[in-house]
Amino acid sequence: MPGKTHVQTKINGEDVEFLCEPRQSLLECLRDIVGLTGSKEGCNDGNCGACTVSLDGRIVTSCLVLGVEADGAEVNTIEGVASPDGLHPIQEAFLENAALQCGICTPGFIVATKALLEQEPTPSEHRIRFWLAGNLCRCTGYDKIVRAVMDASERMAAAS
Amino acid sequence: MKWIDYARPGSLDEAVKLLADGGGKARPLAGGTDLLVMLRAAAERVGSPDLVVDVKCVPELNQICYDDSEGLTIGAAVECYRIYADETIACKYPGLTDAATLIGGIQIQGRASVGGNLCNAAPSGDSIPALIALGATANVTGPNGSRQVAVEDFCTGPGRNVLGAGELLVSISIPAPKAGSGARYIRFIPRNEMDIAVAGSGVSVEIEDGTFTSARVALASVAPTPLFVQEAGDSLEGKPVNDESIAEAASIASAAASPITDMRGTAEYRTHLCEVLTRRALNTAVERAKGGE
Amino acid sequence: MTTTQEAPKQYKVIGTRPIRHDGADKVTGRAKYGADYQTAGLLYGKILRTPHAHANIRSIDTSKAAAYPGVRAVMTGADLPETKNEDGDRKITLGELGTDLKYLREGIMARSKVVFKGQPVAAVAAVNQHVAEEATKLIEVDYEVLPPVTDVREAMKEAAPLLHDDIETVELNEKTGRISNIAEHFQHRQGDPDKGFAEADVIVEREFDTATVHQGYLEPHNCTVHWNDDGRVLIWNSTQGPFNIRDATAQVLELPLSQVKLTPMEIGGGFGGKFEPYGEPIAAVLSKMSHAPVKIVMTRTEEFESTGPTPGSYIKVKMGAKNDGTLVAATAHLAYEAGGFPGSPVGAAAECVFAPYNIANVQVDGYDVVVNKPKTAAYRAPGATNAEFASETVVDEIAEKLGMDPIEIRLKNASAEGTRRADGTAFGNIGCVEVLEALRDHPHYTAPLEGENRGRGVAIGYWMNAGLQSAVNLAVNNDGTVALTEGSPDIGGTRTSISMQAAEVLGIPAEDFIPSVVDTDSIGWTFGTGGSRTTFATGMAAYKAAQDVKAQMIERAALIWDVDADSLEMEDGVIRSKTDSELKMTFKELAGELNSTGGPIAGRGVVNPTGQGGAFAGLIVDVEVDKETGKIDVLRATIAQDVGKAIHPSYVEGQMQGGTVQGIGWALNEEYYMEDDGRMANSTFLDYRVPLALDLPMIDTVIVEKPSPAHPFGVRGVGEVNIVPPPAALANAAYRAAGIRMNVLPMSPPNVMKTLWEQG
Repeated sequence: MPGKTHVQTKINGEDVEFLCEPRQSLLECLRDIVGLTGSKEGCNDGNCGACTVSLDGRIVTSCLVLGVEADGAEVNTIEGVASPDGLHPIQEAFLENAALQCGICTPGFIVATKALLEQEPTPSEHRIRFWLAGNLCRCTGYDKIVRAVMDASERMAAAS
Repeated sequence: MKWIDYARPGSLDEAVKLLADGGGKARPLAGGTDLLVMLRAAAERVGSPDLVVDVKCVPELNQICYDDSEGLTIGAAVECYRIYADETIACKYPGLTDAATLIGGIQIQGRASVGGNLCNAAPSGDSIPALIALGATANVTGPNGSRQVAVEDFCTGPGRNVLGAGELLVSISIPAPKAGSGARYIRFIPRNEMDIAVAGSGVSVEIEDGTFTSARVALASVAPTPLFVQEAGDSLEGKPVNDESIAEAASIASAAASPITDMRGTAEYRTHLCEVLTRRALNTAVERAKGGE
Repeated sequence: MTTTQEAPKQYKVIGTRPIRHDGADKVTGRAKYGADYQTAGLLYGKILRTPHAHANIRSIDTSKAAAYPGVRAVMTGADLPETKNEDGDRKITLGELGTDLKYLREGIMARSKVVFKGQPVAAVAAVNQHVAEEATKLIEVDYEVLPPVTDVREAMKEAAPLLHDDIETVELNEKTGRISNIAEHFQHRQGDPDKGFAEADVIVEREFDTATVHQGYLEPHNCTVHWNDDGRVLIWNSTQGPFNIRDATAQVLELPLSQVKLTPMEIGGGFGGKFEPYGEPIAAVLSKMSHAPVKIVMTRTEEFESTGPTPGSYIKVKMGAKNDGTLVAATAHLAYEAGGFPGSPVGAAAECVFAPYNIANVQVDGYDVVVNKPKTAAYRAPGATNAEFASETVVDEIAEKLGMDPIEIRLKNASAEGTRRADGTAFGNIGCVEVLEALRDHPHYTAPLEGENRGRGVAIGYWMNAGLQSAVNLAVNNDGTVALTEGSPDIGGTRTSISMQAAEVLGIPAEDFIPSVVDTDSIGWTFGTGGSRTTFATGMAAYKAAQDVKAQMIERAALIWDVDADSLEMEDGVIRSKTDSELKMTFKELAGELNSTGGPIAGRGVVNPTGQGGAFAGLIVDVEVDKETGKIDVLRATIAQDVGKAIHPSYVEGQMQGGTVQGIGWALNEEYYMEDDGRMANSTFLDYRVPLALDLPMIDTVIVEKPSPAHPFGVRGVGEVNIVPPPAALANAAYRAAGIRMNVLPMSPPNVMKTLWEQG
């Protein structure tokens, strides 16, 4: 069997190198090789959003990216959302609005929400629901998630 | 997943060489949103490749160009989000923007390309009827040179296309829109996003003095390939723009559909949807033609 | 046990909304779910599943897989202990359903026959998941393919293919000697339905078909198992019921219970579906063979095809009323698909179908029928949603025929304390009337609804809720905080709702608790998180444990002050003398003295409560129907539910909203679409359409609090009943919007269009 491929990437701002098989997804590489298990696998075919990460500034489902494709790229995951100063306003808003129950979809929602609010600081409810349509949540019925995103938008506006 | 090798060529020549040398066991990779799913679930349906050739760093596959005489050329690997974020495309080709907005959710749109959607050749591929309606052409390069294929002739069956061994879809060209033209793609899905068309209709119209001078209609998910219904568009030529002419074209489109019954709907239901969707698409295309250039 | 109700008062902690204790871990990605578990030398297991819905296994050849590079172990059903005849009657209780050991073992891995597509037939452990998967493809299984039957009505016919040659139909509690796919027919009867219908002025009888649906939790089943060198079997997984899975795994493997230890990891949703062992016994055998820990994580398609969905059903409901709206008679025929092995939730369905109403003459016939689909498991109020979809649309039609308001007719007949269900059980304290009144009085019910093809519907739902065993331990830390250990996996904030109940007793903040969900060696036997029971029963255990701590703290203060303990009291976190105002000490101050005044204080609470009462929820929903495409859009939804007492209102609202939306998904689009060969055609999240954020409005909640006398704070349990009303409420709304009476689930666009063509 052929050997593994060397991948050089930047994850959450840090240079990271790893070896992987070309058939391994970025999600597998993050979880099983790099040890960042915050991104979750819910479907492995791009339909649940639990593995959402940012790849060179765009959110993607990391199950539909090969690890080798991340060579030379910048990856940002849920583990990079909080800072040494504490939780990100989106994370605080999710907690205070009780926007999670089991929590397995939460990393994907937070990464997707961060991308939305950085691009559009004050989205409408409809826009939030459209943006998050690729993230499934089976526990909450989305009500409290949408409210948390609206609350996070206000928190980020107040902080800036 | 079976073992695969990975290559990332930086030029078109290199990409074509890798694909040609692969002897049918090499497969291009753009966004991967179809290919990786297939490699996991049914690798034999994509030829059980030993090598994937990542074409995202090939310049020709990665650009969007427009001018008023040549029209639009979109590289085959250009992601959906770049298409619907492009103001020229939104203004000149709203039917294409419609389709690019509908494919997948935000995460998928960050990867998936219209070129990949076309090569995947699913009967339900949302961008394909939109491209057919716009009279688009596929620009193909291979070991024996380049050729152009009308998009309506590109797909040859579910998951099958005209590409020969070593051939690669480089880009898609669409003629510049004429004054008084409008286009629209709509599909029907049970949810409001993240779904596969039960049926879809892509249309374009050209209108002069309240009369259709030209029109094209294509359907999704109601035949083994996306279906160009020339007679539906032709029926509008020379007809006044009104509910009657639009209804007639919609019913011609519906009659051309030959859908199957499956988990997404019965044949009867899908045939019915073709009429509804084509009528609705034509109404919006007419509005756009009147409101636009 | 008997419980004294706390006198109504202003609570300090209960009813507030503290941040959940596991919150930071869950918003930062640090929380460890089952699939996140890593350990040195880990192997990956992959299960080979049958592609046939019904077949005999002639032979299995694993030699090529065993020789594949990187493979460490290969097993088949022959590597599980053989089921001896007497095991057939050893029922294992799993979640809210149950099955027997013989069928459980066959479902985990078939030996000689497969009865649903996706049933395991062999498994491989290898160095990574790709190698394991490729190796399973090298296993050769020779099948004799048999005709499948996947529809309950077809399966009940005499000529239907027989799934099992040992299912002797039980007819009204008697074995018949007849072999069929009908495992059981039972009947409940009150009064005289014939006489009741003879008195009725209006009778409506309708038939309903509902599709199989899945819980659709986002996290697939997973487990890591290490058969240790000392013989102990160590399991790390995501489960609702650590003790349930430990016990079942031990029984399947014929091990003493204590030889298996299960450490529950965080769990990514369950809804009833994570009470059953699937991969655990397989990973255990592979681990024993390979002498290494083995991890198995299911794919989404394996989830749909090989774990327990909730049944499809065929239902007939007939109800009769007098002109004044009094319901006088009702009958129901409930035929439920158990899946490949007996054990559907039709028993629960029969208890629920007419439970919201006081009807003198009732007969319910239930049928548990095997079909070539995965064995059903529990799903949020299992059985009730199908049945009450039927009865609640029939009630709506009766109201229409009588020209009565749909809430008025329900209120007129509403069940109350003393009303008997069809099975004869009399209700205790319930909130059926209060829920209906809350709906009637909500502004949504009378708000104008303008626009074409729009309509409003209502429905109510009933579910019984569970009590069962729970244990909680408390340990007072010297800094005044309290460590709480429990055996209930936390799926939606129960670490906090349970801590809050102990906090209320001790008069200290919920934030001063450090709750942990611990392994099966570290806490008393606790039934799983399900049956709407955790905040009720484990909360009650926490209450008892806190009372224990409180008594010990008072005794310790008495010791320190050298006074009689009876002269002391503890309130709001302060221990004080009833007579001497100088003698007082905060909980925290006393905690700091413990080690120097006699040693640590730990509290214990174990319960097995009953009498939790039933739960009712009702929904008002507005829809718009596209009459050209058959698509139903939900415009507005308001759910009212009697929760007894809301401990943490945000998480109560979350349960209500989540259940409502699962009910909406079930109602509108979710279904197992079965091909003629018994294959599920849509086993992905692309084609099995759960609701998206974009498909829904905000879900308004009305928390109705009629305290349950069975719980010290009046908790009733909130997890399940909210899923019951949506299908009927949506069908009733669709009738007012488009003039169609839907008698099929899902009310998907093709099904609605078909009905429009037939009824329009």
